[in-house]
Amino acid sequence: MFDFISFIPRAVMQGMPLLFGSTGETLTEKSGNLNLGIPGIMYVGAICGVIGAFFYEQSAGGNLNGFLAVAIPLCCSLLGSLFMGLLYCFLTVTLRANQNVTGLALTTFGVGFGNFFGGSLIKLSGSAVPAIVLSGTSAYFRKTLPGAGSGAFGKLFLSYGFLAYTAVIVSLAAAWVLRRTRVGLHLRAVGESPNTADAAGINVSRYKYVSTCVGSMIAGLGGLYYIMDYTSGIWSSDAFGDRGWLAIALVIFTVWRPNVGVLASILFGGLYILHMYIPSGMNLAVKELYKMIPYVVTIVVLVLTSMRNKRENQPPASLGLAYFREER
Amino acid sequence: MNNKTHTPLFHVSKRGALKWYQSWAIRGAALLLALVLCGLVTTWVTGEDPIAVYKSIWKGSFGSARRAWVLFQNIAMLLCVSLAITPAFRMRCWNLGGDGQMLIGGLATTACMILLAGKLPNWAIIVCMVVSSVLAGAVWAAIPAIFKAKWNTNETLFTLMMNYIATQLVAYYIIVWEVPKGAGKIGIINQATEAGWLPTIGSYKYLLNIIIVAILCVAMYVYLNYSKHGYEISVVGESERTARYVGIKVEKVIVRTMLLSGAVCGLAGMLLVGGTEHTLTTTITSGRGFTAVMVSWLAKFNPIWMIFTSFLLVFLERGAGQIATNFGLSASFADILTGIILFFIIGSEFFINYQINFRHTAGKEE
Repeated sequence: MFDFISFIPRAVMQGMPLLFGSTGETLTEKSGNLNLGIPGIMYVGAICGVIGAFFYEQSAGGNLNGFLAVAIPLCCSLLGSLFMGLLYCFLTVTLRANQNVTGLALTTFGVGFGNFFGGSLIKLSGSAVPAIVLSGTSAYFRKTLPGAGSGAFGKLFLSYGFLAYTAVIVSLAAAWVLRRTRVGLHLRAVGESPNTADAAGINVSRYKYVSTCVGSMIAGLGGLYYIMDYTSGIWSSDAFGDRGWLAIALVIFTVWRPNVGVLASILFGGLYILHMYIPSGMNLAVKELYKMIPYVVTIVVLVLTSMRNKRENQPPASLGLAYFREER
Repeated sequence: MNNKTHTPLFHVSKRGALKWYQSWAIRGAALLLALVLCGLVTTWVTGEDPIAVYKSIWKGSFGSARRAWVLFQNIAMLLCVSLAITPAFRMRCWNLGGDGQMLIGGLATTACMILLAGKLPNWAIIVCMVVSSVLAGAVWAAIPAIFKAKWNTNETLFTLMMNYIATQLVAYYIIVWEVPKGAGKIGIINQATEAGWLPTIGSYKYLLNIIIVAILCVAMYVYLNYSKHGYEISVVGESERTARYVGIKVEKVIVRTMLLSGAVCGLAGMLLVGGTEHTLTTTITSGRGFTAVMVSWLAKFNPIWMIFTSFLLVFLERGAGQIATNFGLSASFADILTGIILFFIIGSEFFINYQINFRHTAGKEE
C-alpha cells in the first residue's frame, strides 16, 4: 500500500523551494524579463542565509536568541538575492543586454558563489568547526505548528516550518496582486506591450526593476528554505541541484498563475521523490530511470501547452525583449 | 515662473555601426576592467598581492607542458561544443542542450566500445562509434527541434530537460555496465585491448582532438558564411517573416540546423569518451554546454573569434583552479571569476550599440 501520510509531507517539502522559485519567476516574467538566472539566485539566497547564520552561531556561542536566529539569515538571504536581481536589471533593463546570456551568466556566477563560499567559508573565517552544520538556526526554521505530531491531519497540514506557509501565502498574494490590483494590471501591461504602457504613462523601467527584484528575493527564499528546513542546515556542494531550472519550467506548467503553482509545485515535489517510493527491489539501475519522471512530465506539459495554443495561456508578449523607447 | 522644462541629465540614443576595431576596443577595455576586478577579488579572498595572483593564474595554465596540453584539450572541447550550438544560435534558437547531446553521444560511443570489443576489428569499432554518436546527438537535438518547428514549443526549456533525461539515461547504463559490480562506475573501458580508443598522434594524447576541432572550426566558418544553408540560417534568425516571404521553409531550416547542432555535439561526446577519457560519467561534460553559450555569444557567433573566447574562459578556469588549490579553497572560484568577466563584457555591449548624450548646460542656466 502506498504510504500517502509519509509521502505527501515530503512532497510538500520538496515542492516549496520550487514554489518560491516559480512565484518569483512569474512576477519577473510578467514584466517581460525572462530571468534564466533563477538557479543562481536561489544558490545565492541560500548561501547568504548560511553565511549570516554561520557568523551568528559563531558569535552567539551556544545560546541563540530565537528572533535573531531567524531574522539574520532571512535578511542576509533577501539582501543577497536582491543584489542579484539588481545586477540582472541593471544589465538587461538599463544596459539592454541580451536576457538569455545575462541570465546564464548570473546562474554561472550564482552557483559558483554558492559552492565557493559553501566550500571555503570555514577556511576563510578561520574557525575550528569541521563542516557547516547550522542545526541551532535550523531548529528555529523547522519549528512546526502545535499539533503537528497528532494524526493524519497534523502530519499533512501542520508539520512544516514557517517558510513553507510563507511560500503558499506569497504565491496566493502574488496571484491576487497580478489579477486584482492596479499595480498588477500595470505590470501585465508592461510585459505585454511596453510601448503601450509607456504611452499610458507607466514607468516601464521602474516596473521592470521592482518586479524583477521582488521576484529574485522571493526565489532566493526558496534556496534558504531548502538549506534551513529541508536539509536541516547542512550545506553540501551542488546539493540544490537542478531545482532552479524546474522552477522555471513550473512557470510554464502553471501558465503564469502563481495560485496554480501551489498545487503544481507539490505535484512536482512528489514526482521528484517518487523514485524512493516505487518498489524496484534490488535493481538499482531502474531507480535512475524513475528519476527522469519530473523532466519527462515537464516536457509533456511544455508540448501540450504549446499545442493547445489558447490565447490566455500564452507567455507575456514582450518576454525576453529589451525595451528601448526610441526604437520603432 | 514655474514653466521650467525638465531636461534629463543625459539621454540615450542608438549608435550607427562602429568600426570593428572600435567595438573590439570597447570589449577589450571591459575585459581589462574585469580582469582588474578579478584580481582585486582574489586578493581580498586570499590575501596575496595581485601580481602574484596573476602569476599563479598564468602558471596554472602554462606552468608545465602537461598543463599546457590539458589547457589546449579543454579549449578544443569547449570550442567544439560552441561550434555545435552556434548555427542554432544564429537562428535565434536557444539550444541549451549541448550537455545532453554530448552525453548521449558519449553514451553511444561507450556502448560501441563495450559491446563491440573483440567482435569487430578496431577500425570498424571506431567507424561505428563515430556514426552512432553523431546519430545519437542529432536525434537528441531533433526531438525539441521538431516540436519547435511544428508548435513553437519553447526550445530553451525543452533542451534543458533533455539534458537531465540524458544524465539519468547515462546513470542507468553506468549501473548496468559497472565494473566491478557495485562500484557505481564504469572505469577505464578496454584498458588492456584499447579497443575503440582513438589513435594518438606520436606521443601526444590530445593532438588528434585538437586537429579535428580546428578543422571543424574552419568548416563551420565556411558553412555559416559562404553556403546557402548558412545564409538561410541568418535570414531566419533576423526575421522569420522575411524568411517565409522569400520562400525559405522555416520549419525545415530549424530542424536541419538543430540536427547539425546535435550531430556536432554528439561528435564532441565521442571525442571526449573515445579520445581522451576512455570512460563515462554523468559529469563528463562538466557543464560545457552552458559555458559554450557564453563562448558563442561573446564571439558574436563567429567561429574564428570563438577560438579566443574559449581560450579566455578556459584559461581563467584553469588559473582560478590553480589559485583555489594553492589556498585550499573551493574550485568553484573559477565560476565567480567567469561570472565577473561575463558581466563586464555583457555590459560593454551597451556602449557599442548606444551612445549617451549629456545635457549641454553651458549658457542655458536660469
